[in-house]
Amino acid sequence: MPDRQADIYINMKENLKQPKPYMNPYLAGIVLGFVLLASFYLTGRGLGASGATRSVVIGAVTSVTPEHAENSGYFSKYLGDNQMKTWLVLEIAGVIIGGFLSGAWAGRLKIRVEHSPGISKRKRIYMATLGGLLFGFGSQLGRGCTSGAALTGMSVMSLAGFVTMMAIFGTAFALAYFFRKNWI
Amino acid sequence: MGPLVPLQNISNELNLLIAFVIGLGFGIALEQAGFSSSRKLAGMFYGYDTTVLKVFFTAAITAMLGLIFLNFVGLIDLDIVYVNEYYVYSAIIGGIIMGAGFIIGGFCPGTSFTAAAIGKIDAMWFILGSMIGIFIFGETFVFWKDLYMSGYKGAIKISDVLGIRDGYFALLLILVATLMFWVAEMAEKKFKREDITKEI
Repeated sequence: MPDRQADIYINMKENLKQPKPYMNPYLAGIVLGFVLLASFYLTGRGLGASGATRSVVIGAVTSVTPEHAENSGYFSKYLGDNQMKTWLVLEIAGVIIGGFLSGAWAGRLKIRVEHSPGISKRKRIYMATLGGLLFGFGSQLGRGCTSGAALTGMSVMSLAGFVTMMAIFGTAFALAYFFRKNWI
Repeated sequence: MGPLVPLQNISNELNLLIAFVIGLGFGIALEQAGFSSSRKLAGMFYGYDTTVLKVFFTAAITAMLGLIFLNFVGLIDLDIVYVNEYYVYSAIIGGIIMGAGFIIGGFCPGTSFTAAAIGKIDAMWFILGSMIGIFIFGETFVFWKDLYMSGYKGAIKISDVLGIRDGYFALLLILVATLMFWVAEMAEKKFKREDITKEI
C-alpha cells in the first residue's frame, strides 16, 4: 500500500507540473469574437497588430534621423502623433500583458526556442526572423495583417478582408510541402 | 448609440485605456487558444492541428453576427464602423507575401506578441524580423508605390458584390464554416501527430 500511495503522490506532482490544457478552440473563437465586437462597439474599428510594429519602427527612425522620416514617402504619412501613444501600441501592450497573464495562469511560462526535432534551434531562429521579415513587409503592402486585414476585415464583410485571408492561407498551404521539414 | 469613441466625445486618454483593455482580452484569447505555439499554428497547414481555422472563423462569425444584431436593435451605426478599403493588387500580393512569412516563420504579428510574452525566443526574433520587413518596405516605398495604390475599388462589402443582404451572407458563411469545421475535424484524425501535439 505505501508503494501505491507513493505512486499517487508522484503522479500528482507530475500533474502539477503539466500546463493546463488549451481552451476549446470554438469557445476561444467566441471569446475572441466578443473582444473584436467590443472593439467595434467602443471604437468603430477592429483589432490590429502590425500597425503597432510600424509605430515602433517609425518611432525608431524618427529618433535617429527625424528629417529622413519626414522625407520618407511612406513613414511620413504616419508622423505627427507620439508613436508610443497610438491606439494600436496601447492595444499590443495589452496583448503582451494579457498573453503573459494567461500563460502564467496556465503554467506555460518558459524561456525557450520552440522547434521541431528535425531542425536545430539556430535554423528555427533564422526561419522565424525571415518569416517575420516577409510578414512585416507583406502587412504594409496589404494594409494590415491577419488581425487587421483578414479577421477584422472579414467581420465587417469587406471584400478586401476575404481576399487577403484567402491569399495568406492559400499561399501558406501551397508552400507547406516545401517547408515540411521545419514542422513535421 | 455606438461606436462610442467617435460618437460620444470620448477623451483620447480614455480611448487609449480602452485600447489597452481590448488588447488584454485579445492577448488572453490568443494565448488560451494556443496561438503562442508556432507548431500549433503551423499544424493548420499539415492537418494535425486545425485550431487556427476553428478560432479564426468562429471569431469572425461571432463578431459579424454581433454587428448585425447591434445594428438591428439600433445600438451601433454601421456607417461609422470602418470597412477595409480594397486595393486589388496590394491585397493579393501582400497576402501572398504574408502567407510565405506564415509558413516560414510560424507566426503572424499578433500571435508572435503572445508567444514572446510567455518566453518563446523564436517569437522575439519573428518580431525583430517584422520590424526589419516594415523598415525595408518604408525605405523602398518608391518602388512599390504604384502597386500599393493600383486597383482601388473603395470600401466594398462582399455582400454587395454578391448582391445579397448582409444577413444572408452571414448565413452562407456559417454554412461554409460548418462544412470546413467538419473537414478540419476529419483532417485532425487522419493526419494525427501525437508526438507533436503532446509537446505543444
